Amino acid sequence: MNNENDVKVQVRNLTKHFGDLKVLEDVSFDIKKGEFVCIVGPTGCGKTTFLNLLTKLIEPTSGKILIDGEPADPEKHNLAFVFQEPSAFPWLTAEENIGFGLDIKKADEKYKKSQVDKIISLLGLEKFRKAYPHEMSVSMEQRVVIGRAFAMNPDLLLMDEPYGQMDIKVRYYLEDEVIKLWKEIGSTVLFITHNLEEAVYLAERVLVLSQKPATIKAEFKVDLPRPRSFSDPEFIRIRKEITDMIRWW
Amino acid sequence: MESRAKIKLSLKNISKSFYSRKETFEAINNVSIDVYDNEFLVLLGPGQCGKTVLLNIIAGLETPTQGEVKVEGQKNDGASSDVGLVFQKTAIFPWKTVIENVEFGPLAKGVPKSERRDKARYFIELVGLKGFENAYPHQLSGGMKQRVGIARAYCNDPEVLLMDEPFGALDAQTRYQMEDEVLRIWEKEKRTVIFVTNNIEEAVYLGDRIVLLSSCPAKVKEIYTPDLPRPRDYVDALFLELREKISNNTDLAL
Repeated sequence: MNNENDVKVQVRNLTKHFGDLKVLEDVSFDIKKGEFVCIVGPTGCGKTTFLNLLTKLIEPTSGKILIDGEPADPEKHNLAFVFQEPSAFPWLTAEENIGFGLDIKKADEKYKKSQVDKIISLLGLEKFRKAYPHEMSVSMEQRVVIGRAFAMNPDLLLMDEPYGQMDIKVRYYLEDEVIKLWKEIGSTVLFITHNLEEAVYLAERVLVLSQKPATIKAEFKVDLPRPRSFSDPEFIRIRKEITDMIRWW
Repeated sequence: MESRAKIKLSLKNISKSFYSRKETFEAINNVSIDVYDNEFLVLLGPGQCGKTVLLNIIAGLETPTQGEVKVEGQKNDGASSDVGLVFQKTAIFPWKTVIENVEFGPLAKGVPKSERRDKARYFIELVGLKGFENAYPHQLSGGMKQRVGIARAYCNDPEVLLMDEPFGALDAQTRYQMEDEVLRIWEKEKRTVIFVTNNIEEAVYLGDRIVLLSSCPAKVKEIYTPDLPRPRDYVDALFLELREKISNNTDLAL
């Protein structure tokens, strides 16, 4: 039973042109509350522009983005981002970083403490609570950043290739960890990646962008039980289908 | 029945430690590997495990604390042009055009202009960049820059080509493209290649053999020989089986 109230984010006819260059053309989709959606597309299709529109860094040429039925507004809504380069604040410890978003939103002290404790525990970072980013590995720093994003219990959590350069074993670990955080906190997540295997591993739904001018070319539901296995025949089938759709190489 | 393959390069009991006043950091612990002539050997290991240090030792850019590197039986110490290097963070000169970059090795060796230009043109075409001879790096995509790096390494006539995570900074799709490209180039101009990566899928796709290194200090954990004909299929059952096997044996370096 699909309740209209289930919809958290609505993107309607999002279009972005830079002069004559049409990057996004009429992109429309919904994200349900608490859903984990991945967006994939061929290299150079406009994902960064799309992200910049969602983070309100730039304004669309036309179209709109609604959160809970209202125009997305960083002042009103809780928008959290995780980018490819870890961006932990170097002057704050791990736990201070994780609590930062809650500080900004002037959250209740007790609530903040319990959220931070919860996230630290989920990440297994008890021993590193008081560590500074320069004392951490790149993957650990990124985990703190992701923890910081989830701690805010955001209306929308945007992740853009957060695991880009990491070795694959660490990637698997972090992908499992982000699913763990997501299940525990229940945030609505939009995860952008070039890595099609990663998208199928993580997503409940995968949205596929076309080449520029980008539109949503297809949508795949991924109904596989977790933890998923990249050698599972159904996993492979979905991965192959998406790959064939995007393949330019 | 194949005759015994010729050994092109061998590492014998290589260890490397870095010393500071306060502590000793052991990067590599007793690594011995034979590299066969014209094979595509992959060094696979988790992040920060010492792979780059090992490659630098092979290249002669770093001296081992113990052990030695031999190229065709001759001890190799100090940087030599016997070894060509391709780096991850693109190290092509931003102020030079593609052809000026590619011909750099021969230029440094004093090869006359027309000869080195011809040679550079050959390798530029080999890597699929014909027409871009006079472009500058900033005009090129990430994948294209890496191709220039490969052409430059080849142009130097190395005995062995070393590639240090050359596709690590590329997005997953461009990476797939470049994996096919590097194999195509290698098939056309066979050389002994030592290719470092932290990506298991890439290792299984590319390698004649895969040397799995442990996390720091690096030791050889196991050597795998994918029994898969090329071109390999990332979603083939045997491919995935080997991938899983290697993954289960790989250290997690958080």
